Amino acid sequence: MTYSILTLFDIILVLTLLWLGWRLLSSEDIFKAVILFISFGLLMALAWVRMRAPDVALAEAALGAGLTGPLFLSALRRMNRTRKGERRLDSDENRNEDHRKDSKQTQAV
Amino acid sequence: MKITGKTRNRHRRFDGLGLLFLCLIFCLIALLGAILCITPGTTPGTTPGLADAVSSLQAQSGVESPVTAVLLNFRGYDTLLEVMVLLLAVIGVWSLTKAPLSWQKVDISPVQMGVVRLLAPVLCLVAAYLVWQGSHLAGGAFQGGAILGAAGVLLLVSELDWPRAVPALVLRIGLVLGPLVFVGIALCCLFFTGDLLAYPGGTAGWLILLIETACALSIGLTLALLFGGGRPEDDVSDGDIS
Repeated sequence: MTYSILTLFDIILVLTLLWLGWRLLSSEDIFKAVILFISFGLLMALAWVRMRAPDVALAEAALGAGLTGPLFLSALRRMNRTRKGERRLDSDENRNEDHRKDSKQTQAV
Repeated sequence: MKITGKTRNRHRRFDGLGLLFLCLIFCLIALLGAILCITPGTTPGTTPGLADAVSSLQAQSGVESPVTAVLLNFRGYDTLLEVMVLLLAVIGVWSLTKAPLSWQKVDISPVQMGVVRLLAPVLCLVAAYLVWQGSHLAGGAFQGGAILGAAGVLLLVSELDWPRAVPALVLRIGLVLGPLVFVGIALCCLFFTGDLLAYPGGTAGWLILLIETACALSIGLTLALLFGGGRPEDDVSDGDIS
Protein backbone atom coordinates (compact mmCIF):
# COMPACT_ATOMS: atom_id res chain seq x y z
CA MET A 1 0.00 0.00 0.00
CA THR A 2 1.53 3.25 -1.11
CA TYR A 3 0.92 6.56 0.52
CA SER A 4 0.81 9.73 -1.51
CA ILE A 5 -0.48 13.25 -1.24
CA LEU A 6 -3.91 11.84 -2.17
CA THR A 7 -3.95 9.76 1.00
CA LEU A 8 -3.61 12.96 3.00
CA PHE A 9 -6.42 14.46 0.90
CA ASP A 10 -8.62 11.43 1.63
CA ILE A 11 -8.00 11.65 5.35
CA ILE A 12 -8.83 15.36 5.40
CA LEU A 13 -11.94 14.66 3.30
CA VAL A 14 -13.16 11.95 5.66
CA LEU A 15 -12.51 14.08 8.72
CA THR A 16 -14.31 17.06 7.17
CA LEU A 17 -17.28 14.85 6.26
CA LEU A 18 -17.51 13.48 9.79
CA TRP A 19 -17.22 16.96 11.28
CA LEU A 20 -19.85 18.37 8.90
CA GLY A 21 -22.17 15.46 9.65
CA TRP A 22 -21.82 16.02 13.38
CA ARG A 23 -22.32 19.77 13.03
CA LEU A 24 -25.44 19.45 10.91
CA LEU A 25 -27.00 16.92 13.25
CA SER A 26 -26.25 18.92 16.36
CA SER A 27 -26.99 22.43 15.12
CA GLU A 28 -30.01 24.04 16.72
CA ASP A 29 -30.87 26.25 13.79
CA ILE A 30 -32.48 24.15 11.06
CA PHE A 31 -31.56 26.66 8.37
CA LYS A 32 -27.92 26.27 9.30
CA ALA A 33 -28.33 22.49 9.26
CA VAL A 34 -29.73 22.63 5.72
CA ILE A 35 -26.81 24.71 4.48
CA LEU A 36 -24.41 22.30 6.17
CA PHE A 37 -26.28 19.42 4.52
CA ILE A 38 -25.74 20.97 1.08
CA SER A 39 -22.02 21.34 1.69
CA PHE A 40 -21.95 17.80 3.06
CA GLY A 41 -23.52 16.60 -0.20
CA LEU A 42 -20.92 18.40 -2.31
CA LEU A 43 -18.03 16.95 -0.32
CA MET A 44 -19.69 13.53 -0.44
CA ALA A 45 -19.71 13.80 -4.24
CA LEU A 46 -15.97 14.43 -4.06
CA ALA A 47 -15.60 11.34 -1.87
CA TRP A 48 -17.50 9.25 -4.44
CA VAL A 49 -15.11 10.47 -7.11
CA ARG A 50 -12.21 9.37 -4.94
CA MET A 51 -13.85 5.95 -4.61
CA ARG A 52 -13.89 5.78 -8.44
CA ALA A 53 -17.67 5.90 -8.70
CA PRO A 54 -18.29 8.87 -11.01
CA ASP A 55 -21.90 7.84 -11.65
CA VAL A 56 -22.79 8.01 -7.99
CA ALA A 57 -20.81 11.25 -7.68
CA LEU A 58 -22.85 12.88 -10.45
CA ALA A 59 -26.12 11.74 -8.90
CA GLU A 60 -25.00 12.84 -5.43
CA ALA A 61 -23.94 16.29 -6.60
CA ALA A 62 -27.11 16.85 -8.61
CA LEU A 63 -29.65 15.19 -6.31
CA GLY A 64 -28.07 15.28 -2.86
CA ALA A 65 -26.68 18.77 -2.94
CA GLY A 66 -28.50 20.45 -5.81
CA LEU A 67 -32.10 19.38 -5.35
CA THR A 68 -32.56 18.12 -1.79
CA GLY A 69 -31.15 21.37 -0.41
CA PRO A 70 -33.66 23.64 -2.17
CA LEU A 71 -36.44 21.15 -1.30
CA PHE A 72 -35.51 21.41 2.38
CA LEU A 73 -35.33 25.20 2.13
CA SER A 74 -38.78 25.48 0.58
CA ALA A 75 -40.19 23.06 3.16
CA LEU A 76 -38.61 25.21 5.88
CA ARG A 77 -40.24 28.33 4.43
CA ARG A 78 -43.61 26.64 4.43
CA MET A 79 -43.14 25.47 8.02
CA ASN A 80 -42.31 29.00 9.10
CA ARG A 81 -45.32 30.38 7.27
CA THR A 82 -47.59 27.85 8.94
CA ARG A 83 -46.20 28.65 12.35
CA LYS A 84 -46.74 32.36 11.93
CA GLY A 85 -50.42 31.63 11.35
CA GLU A 86 -50.49 32.94 7.82
CA ARG A 87 -52.63 31.43 5.13
CA ARG A 88 -52.51 27.64 5.35
CA LEU A 89 -53.11 25.99 2.05
CA ASP A 90 -54.60 22.70 3.18
CA SER A 91 -56.90 24.26 5.75
CA ASP A 92 -58.06 26.75 3.14
CA GLU A 93 -58.93 23.91 0.83
CA ASN A 94 -60.86 22.15 3.55
CA ARG A 95 -62.77 25.31 4.28
CA ASN A 96 -63.70 25.69 0.62
CA GLU A 97 -64.81 22.10 0.51
CA ASP A 98 -66.96 22.51 3.62
CA HIS A 99 -68.43 25.64 2.16
CA ARG A 100 -69.25 23.80 -1.05
CA LYS A 101 -70.89 20.96 0.84
CA ASP A 102 -72.94 23.44 2.85
CA SER A 103 -74.16 25.20 -0.26
CA LYS A 104 -75.05 21.85 -1.86
CA GLN A 105 -77.03 20.88 1.22
CA THR A 106 -78.88 24.16 1.24
CA GLN A 107 -79.69 23.73 -2.42
CA ALA A 108 -81.02 20.24 -1.72
CA VAL A 109 -83.16 21.58 1.08
CA MET B 1 -33.31 26.40 25.54
CA LYS B 2 -35.21 29.37 24.27
CA ILE B 3 -37.37 29.02 21.22
CA THR B 4 -37.42 32.13 19.11
CA GLY B 5 -39.14 32.85 15.84
CA LYS B 6 -36.61 30.77 13.96
CA THR B 7 -37.22 27.11 13.35
CA ARG B 8 -35.25 25.19 15.90
CA ASN B 9 -34.06 21.66 16.12
CA ARG B 10 -35.89 20.38 19.13
CA HIS B 11 -33.49 17.95 20.65
CA ARG B 12 -31.84 17.74 23.98
CA ARG B 13 -28.20 18.13 24.62
CA PHE B 14 -26.16 15.27 26.01
CA ASP B 15 -27.74 13.42 28.85
CA GLY B 16 -27.07 9.95 30.15
CA LEU B 17 -29.16 8.15 27.55
CA GLY B 18 -27.57 10.04 24.65
CA LEU B 19 -24.09 9.25 25.90
CA LEU B 20 -24.97 5.58 26.29
CA PHE B 21 -26.38 5.55 22.75
CA LEU B 22 -23.19 7.14 21.42
CA CYS B 23 -21.09 4.52 23.23
CA LEU B 24 -23.20 1.72 21.76
CA ILE B 25 -22.82 3.11 18.24
CA PHE B 26 -19.08 3.42 18.71
CA CYS B 27 -18.87 -0.20 19.93
CA LEU B 28 -20.90 -1.36 16.92
CA ILE B 29 -18.61 0.47 14.49
CA ALA B 30 -15.51 -0.94 16.21
CA LEU B 31 -17.02 -4.45 16.07
CA LEU B 32 -17.84 -4.11 12.36
CA GLY B 33 -14.35 -2.85 11.63
CA ALA B 34 -12.81 -5.74 13.55
CA ILE B 35 -14.94 -8.27 11.66
CA LEU B 36 -13.95 -6.74 8.34
CA CYS B 37 -10.27 -6.81 9.25
CA ILE B 38 -10.24 -10.34 10.65
CA THR B 39 -12.36 -12.21 8.13
CA PRO B 40 -10.14 -13.35 5.26
CA GLY B 41 -11.13 -12.43 1.74
CA THR B 42 -13.28 -9.48 2.69
CA THR B 43 -10.63 -6.82 3.01
CA PRO B 44 -11.45 -3.94 0.67
CA GLY B 45 -9.96 -4.27 -2.78
CA THR B 46 -9.70 -8.04 -2.79
CA THR B 47 -13.35 -9.00 -3.21
CA PRO B 48 -14.02 -10.03 -6.79
CA GLY B 49 -17.64 -8.86 -6.77
CA LEU B 50 -19.59 -9.07 -9.99
CA ALA B 51 -17.15 -7.08 -12.12
CA ASP B 52 -15.97 -10.13 -14.08
CA ALA B 53 -19.49 -11.38 -14.73
CA VAL B 54 -20.54 -7.95 -16.00
CA SER B 55 -17.50 -7.43 -18.21
CA SER B 56 -17.91 -10.86 -19.80
CA LEU B 57 -21.45 -9.97 -20.89
CA GLN B 58 -20.64 -6.35 -21.71
CA ALA B 59 -20.58 -6.93 -25.47
CA GLN B 60 -24.15 -8.26 -25.48
CA SER B 61 -25.56 -5.40 -23.44
CA GLY B 62 -25.51 -2.84 -26.27
CA VAL B 63 -23.74 -0.18 -24.21
CA GLU B 64 -20.12 0.33 -23.29
CA SER B 65 -20.56 1.63 -19.74
CA PRO B 66 -20.78 -1.23 -17.22
CA VAL B 67 -22.97 0.83 -14.88
CA THR B 68 -25.54 1.55 -17.57
CA ALA B 69 -25.41 -2.08 -18.67
CA VAL B 70 -26.31 -3.22 -15.17
CA LEU B 71 -28.92 -0.52 -14.56
CA LEU B 72 -30.84 -0.80 -17.81
CA ASN B 73 -30.05 -4.22 -19.18
CA PHE B 74 -29.07 -6.79 -16.59
CA ARG B 75 -31.15 -5.32 -13.78
CA GLY B 76 -33.59 -3.28 -15.82
CA TYR B 77 -36.47 -4.36 -13.59
CA ASP B 78 -34.98 -2.49 -10.62
CA THR B 79 -34.69 0.71 -12.62
CA LEU B 80 -38.28 0.32 -13.80
CA LEU B 81 -39.42 0.13 -10.19
CA GLU B 82 -37.28 3.16 -9.26
CA VAL B 83 -38.95 5.24 -11.96
CA MET B 84 -42.33 4.09 -10.62
CA VAL B 85 -41.33 5.14 -7.10
CA LEU B 86 -40.60 8.67 -8.35
CA LEU B 87 -44.00 8.78 -10.05
CA LEU B 88 -45.64 7.63 -6.81
CA ALA B 89 -43.83 10.41 -4.93
CA VAL B 90 -45.34 13.07 -7.18
CA ILE B 91 -48.79 11.48 -6.88
CA GLY B 92 -48.41 11.63 -3.11
CA VAL B 93 -47.41 15.30 -3.13
CA TRP B 94 -50.17 16.24 -5.55
CA SER B 95 -52.83 14.50 -3.49
CA LEU B 96 -51.76 16.35 -0.35
CA THR B 97 -52.03 19.97 -1.32
CA LYS B 98 -52.10 22.56 -4.03
CA ALA B 99 -49.00 24.40 -5.12
CA PRO B 100 -48.54 27.62 -3.15
CA LEU B 101 -49.45 30.69 -5.16
CA SER B 102 -46.91 33.40 -5.58
CA TRP B 103 -49.34 36.12 -4.55
CA GLN B 104 -46.78 38.85 -4.40
CA LYS B 105 -45.92 40.12 -7.84
CA VAL B 106 -42.25 40.91 -7.87
CA ASP B 107 -40.30 42.48 -10.66
CA ILE B 108 -37.57 40.12 -11.75
CA SER B 109 -34.27 41.88 -11.64
CA PRO B 110 -32.33 42.04 -14.94
CA VAL B 111 -29.41 40.21 -13.34
CA GLN B 112 -31.63 37.30 -12.40
CA MET B 113 -33.23 37.21 -15.84
CA GLY B 114 -29.76 37.20 -17.37
CA VAL B 115 -28.71 34.28 -15.19
CA VAL B 116 -31.85 32.33 -16.07
CA ARG B 117 -31.46 33.03 -19.78
CA LEU B 118 -27.85 31.93 -19.64
CA LEU B 119 -28.16 28.92 -17.36
CA ALA B 120 -31.43 27.27 -18.42
CA PRO B 121 -30.32 26.41 -21.99
CA VAL B 122 -26.90 25.32 -20.74
CA LEU B 123 -28.55 23.04 -18.16
CA CYS B 124 -30.75 21.48 -20.84
CA LEU B 125 -27.69 20.92 -23.03
CA VAL B 126 -25.74 19.34 -20.16
CA ALA B 127 -28.71 17.09 -19.36
CA ALA B 128 -28.93 15.90 -22.97
CA TYR B 129 -25.20 15.32 -23.02
CA LEU B 130 -25.31 13.31 -19.79
CA VAL B 131 -28.06 11.06 -21.15
CA TRP B 132 -26.13 10.54 -24.39
CA GLN B 133 -22.90 9.97 -22.49
CA GLY B 134 -24.56 7.32 -20.35
CA SER B 135 -23.95 4.68 -23.01
CA HIS B 136 -20.17 4.82 -22.74
CA LEU B 137 -19.13 6.93 -19.71
CA ALA B 138 -20.56 8.04 -16.41
CA GLY B 139 -24.02 9.49 -16.79
CA GLY B 140 -27.50 8.33 -17.56
CA ALA B 141 -31.17 9.00 -17.09
CA PHE B 142 -31.07 9.87 -13.40
CA GLN B 143 -28.15 12.25 -13.66
CA GLY B 144 -29.54 13.94 -16.77
CA GLY B 145 -32.97 14.08 -15.19
CA ALA B 146 -31.55 15.69 -12.07
CA ILE B 147 -29.93 18.43 -14.17
CA LEU B 148 -33.23 18.97 -15.98
CA GLY B 149 -34.95 19.14 -12.62
CA ALA B 150 -32.44 21.76 -11.51
CA ALA B 151 -33.33 23.82 -14.59
CA GLY B 152 -36.99 23.53 -13.62
CA VAL B 153 -36.23 24.60 -10.05
CA LEU B 154 -34.29 27.58 -11.40
CA LEU B 155 -37.33 28.66 -13.44
CA LEU B 156 -39.61 28.15 -10.43
CA VAL B 157 -37.55 30.12 -7.93
CA SER B 158 -37.07 33.05 -10.29
CA GLU B 159 -40.84 33.62 -10.12
CA LEU B 160 -41.39 33.49 -13.87
CA ASP B 161 -45.02 33.36 -14.88
CA TRP B 162 -45.15 30.71 -17.54
CA PRO B 163 -43.76 27.67 -15.63
CA ARG B 164 -46.67 27.91 -13.21
CA ALA B 165 -49.13 28.41 -16.07
CA VAL B 166 -48.34 25.15 -17.86
CA PRO B 167 -51.60 23.17 -18.13
CA ALA B 168 -51.92 20.27 -15.72
CA LEU B 169 -52.65 17.84 -18.57
CA VAL B 170 -49.27 18.57 -20.17
CA LEU B 171 -47.55 17.98 -16.82
CA ARG B 172 -49.42 14.70 -16.34
CA ILE B 173 -48.44 13.47 -19.80
CA GLY B 174 -44.81 14.46 -19.15
CA LEU B 175 -44.83 12.66 -15.80
CA VAL B 176 -46.02 9.33 -17.19
CA LEU B 177 -44.03 9.51 -20.43
CA GLY B 178 -40.92 7.82 -19.04
CA PRO B 179 -42.70 5.05 -17.11
CA LEU B 180 -45.04 4.40 -20.06
CA VAL B 181 -42.17 4.10 -22.57
CA PHE B 182 -40.31 1.85 -20.14
CA VAL B 183 -43.28 -0.41 -19.47
CA GLY B 184 -44.23 -0.41 -23.15
CA ILE B 185 -40.78 -1.56 -24.23
CA ALA B 186 -40.74 -4.14 -21.43
CA LEU B 187 -44.08 -5.54 -22.61
CA CYS B 188 -42.92 -5.56 -26.24
CA CYS B 189 -39.85 -7.51 -25.14
CA LEU B 190 -42.12 -9.89 -23.27
CA PHE B 191 -44.18 -10.35 -26.45
CA PHE B 192 -41.29 -10.83 -28.86
CA THR B 193 -38.68 -12.65 -26.80
CA GLY B 194 -40.73 -14.17 -24.00
CA ASP B 195 -38.89 -12.40 -21.20
CA LEU B 196 -39.61 -9.08 -19.50
CA LEU B 197 -37.00 -6.50 -20.59
CA ALA B 198 -34.94 -9.04 -22.56
CA TYR B 199 -34.09 -6.81 -25.50
CA PRO B 200 -34.01 -8.55 -28.89
CA GLY B 201 -30.45 -8.96 -30.13
CA GLY B 202 -28.91 -5.92 -31.79
CA THR B 203 -31.53 -3.41 -30.70
CA ALA B 204 -30.46 -3.14 -27.06
CA GLY B 205 -28.38 0.02 -27.51
CA TRP B 206 -31.13 2.03 -29.19
CA LEU B 207 -33.85 0.79 -26.89
CA ILE B 208 -31.76 1.74 -23.86
CA LEU B 209 -31.15 5.21 -25.28
CA LEU B 210 -34.89 5.61 -25.96
CA ILE B 211 -35.78 4.53 -22.44
CA GLU B 212 -33.14 6.80 -20.94
CA THR B 213 -34.27 9.86 -22.89
CA ALA B 214 -37.93 9.40 -21.97
CA CYS B 215 -37.08 8.65 -18.35
CA ALA B 216 -34.73 11.65 -18.07
CA LEU B 217 -37.54 13.96 -19.23
CA SER B 218 -39.98 12.45 -16.74
CA ILE B 219 -37.48 12.42 -13.88
CA GLY B 220 -36.57 16.06 -14.50
CA LEU B 221 -40.23 17.04 -14.51
CA THR B 222 -40.84 14.93 -11.39
CA LEU B 223 -38.08 16.61 -9.41
CA ALA B 224 -39.12 20.10 -10.50
CA LEU B 225 -42.75 19.37 -9.56
CA LEU B 226 -41.68 17.96 -6.19
CA PHE B 227 -40.02 21.31 -5.59
CA GLY B 228 -43.19 23.06 -6.73
CA GLY B 229 -44.84 21.35 -3.78
CA GLY B 230 -48.36 20.50 -4.86
CA ARG B 231 -50.72 20.00 -7.75
CA PRO B 232 -51.20 22.95 -10.12
CA GLU B 233 -54.14 25.28 -9.75
CA ASP B 234 -55.98 24.11 -12.84
CA ASP B 235 -55.71 20.44 -11.96
CA VAL B 236 -58.79 18.35 -11.21
CA SER B 237 -60.25 19.73 -8.00
CA ASP B 238 -61.88 17.67 -5.29
CA GLY B 239 -65.32 18.71 -6.40
CA ASP B 240 -64.89 17.36 -9.92
CA ILE B 241 -64.08 13.87 -8.74
CA SER B 242 -67.15 13.32 -6.60
